[in-house]
Amino acid sequence: MSDPGSVSGGTGLEAAAAAGVDQLSHVDDSSQKQRKPRSLWSDAWGELRRKPTFIISLVIILIVVLMAIWPSLFTSVDPRHANLDKSLQKPSAEAWFGYDLQGYDVYARAMYGARASLLVGIFSTILTVLIGSFVGIIAGYAKTWIDSLLSRFADIFAGIPFVLGAIVILTTLNAPNENPGVVRIVTQVVLSIAVLSWPVVMRIMRSATLVAKQQDYVKAARGLGASPMRIVFRHLLPNTIAPVLVYGTIALGAFIGAEATLAFLGIGLRPPVVSWGVMISESRDYFQSAPHMLLFPAGFVTVTVLAFVMLGDAVRDALDPKSR
Amino acid sequence: MTQPLLEVEDLHVEFRTHDGVAKVLNGVSYHVSAGETLAVLGESGSGKSVTAQTIMGILDMPPAFITNGSIKFRGEDLLKKSAEERREVRGEGIAMIFQDALSALNPVFTVGFQIEEQLKVRRGMSKADARKRAVELLDQVKIPNAKGRISDYPHQFSGGMRQRAMIAMSLALDPELLIADEPTTALDVTVQAQIMDLLAEIQSERDMGMILITHDLGVVADVADRISVMYAGRIVEHADVYELFRAPGHPYTESLLESLPRLDLKGQELKTIKGLPPSLTNIPPGCPFNPRCPRAFDRCVTEVPTVHNLGMGRTSRCHIAEEVVARG
Repeated sequence: MSDPGSVSGGTGLEAAAAAGVDQLSHVDDSSQKQRKPRSLWSDAWGELRRKPTFIISLVIILIVVLMAIWPSLFTSVDPRHANLDKSLQKPSAEAWFGYDLQGYDVYARAMYGARASLLVGIFSTILTVLIGSFVGIIAGYAKTWIDSLLSRFADIFAGIPFVLGAIVILTTLNAPNENPGVVRIVTQVVLSIAVLSWPVVMRIMRSATLVAKQQDYVKAARGLGASPMRIVFRHLLPNTIAPVLVYGTIALGAFIGAEATLAFLGIGLRPPVVSWGVMISESRDYFQSAPHMLLFPAGFVTVTVLAFVMLGDAVRDALDPKSR
Repeated sequence: MTQPLLEVEDLHVEFRTHDGVAKVLNGVSYHVSAGETLAVLGESGSGKSVTAQTIMGILDMPPAFITNGSIKFRGEDLLKKSAEERREVRGEGIAMIFQDALSALNPVFTVGFQIEEQLKVRRGMSKADARKRAVELLDQVKIPNAKGRISDYPHQFSGGMRQRAMIAMSLALDPELLIADEPTTALDVTVQAQIMDLLAEIQSERDMGMILITHDLGVVADVADRISVMYAGRIVEHADVYELFRAPGHPYTESLLESLPRLDLKGQELKTIKGLPPSLTNIPPGCPFNPRCPRAFDRCVTEVPTVHNLGMGRTSRCHIAEEVVARG
């Protein structure tokens, strides 16, 4: 491990010597100018900027996000324009990803489908991480009857099988044959995913808190008069967030997959909403005759998930000062 | 004599565990005045650190329970204060230094941030003022190039530097009393001496009271004014440092002094205290030291020794304290 103090001190000395000044205080001053005040996040950013995996994953994510916000930037074809003459046509120069059963342009639909898939993935992840972390860190720090209560409460939700739970929630919220609007169905899917997944984050956070709580720095912070809220959210949280972040990136992929599962079962997003999940479920009967219908949206899911996993990995490393 | 800064009286603490009740403190009393260093000496498990953590109010309760006693700081009983009032005292009134500075510093924050945080939160200082003050504090604890090292993380510091940073952190709010819980145990010998010198210097400069918890008699001799020797959750002997080294007043202290390695007895087997400290869930009747005491007699097995006053503020919990001192 390098020692930045001595390095900057050395260059400071040269600068001082060049200026013909040999007072020690000047050495300190010049080294001070050279090194900006640092914080956990600015240091992590400095570390991330130099990481190729971070740059690559960030570029991919930015493209996908751009796709989600302005899909018309990437295609001029209307994703809802069906031409049955072209049903199941293979990829060509005219339509890069070919046509699906209804004669929709698969490329255009993949661009427009990014929005719903990403929204579901990101919002479910954020909500899951927020609820799980909050409950987990409180339970881990309190470690009394509060912990028992919160843990049992989480166990109730953890005990519900995901698909069964989602079917119950989504069919209760929407009457059969009802066709809810885009915003409503996305919100419902996000909520049902979060409600059924937060106990995992809660357990990760709780165990990380239990470990971190034993450290002397928590005692030291208490000993110097820090309030319980400050100790939990300022001192413990940065030490316990790393495993949750890593789970979050994996979960984001899993949730985009969950969106596809629910769409496949006909209870999640559904046409006319366009999403990668909807596209995958539409392709299920035609994989042998028209594999492009499955491969392109599935490829988008895979690349997006991979980008998030790489990003999470890089962020985790950067947030751990010891890995520098 | 003016009123002592801190007065601990008849403190009883027990840990209620699944294996039974461990009586960790069984009537600890000591006091420290401003500008004075009290050393609390004892082997592992004698209750030194638990006493300190009880004073700080950072003991995990449960499993710990304070069953009796009082802790008066500036004449006010801390145990009668609300949690919020006690929090005010921590850092500003009493601060604490821990044994292992690496684990006592938060690994994800820079050393500077950890010092500045208290100044910003408790003193309402601006970011720039807090940074200036933090540099001053690091200078005071003799960290070379304090300005340059302030944005380093704890793991970039050496062991001695970390302990210095920890000291700077605990001094940030100008406490009147500093509790140092084995501050040099995790350090190598040369660094130990530097840290002890630093603590002694800071203590006299600021006219602070200091409680130095240690199991190292050598450390004690240099810096302490008075010594309290603990055994099985009790203060067994209390004396001025010179008096104690000249003539120990309790057989336990005597055995401790005899077990120090000595240059003039090179080549001989080191003397040790035979046996183990008593299990705190099952303290033997009578004097807790009786199974290991070379001077034990009938009364020691049946009767808990009372505090014998030996004059000049000197006390000993031994049936034959007067005889032991006279022999010394």
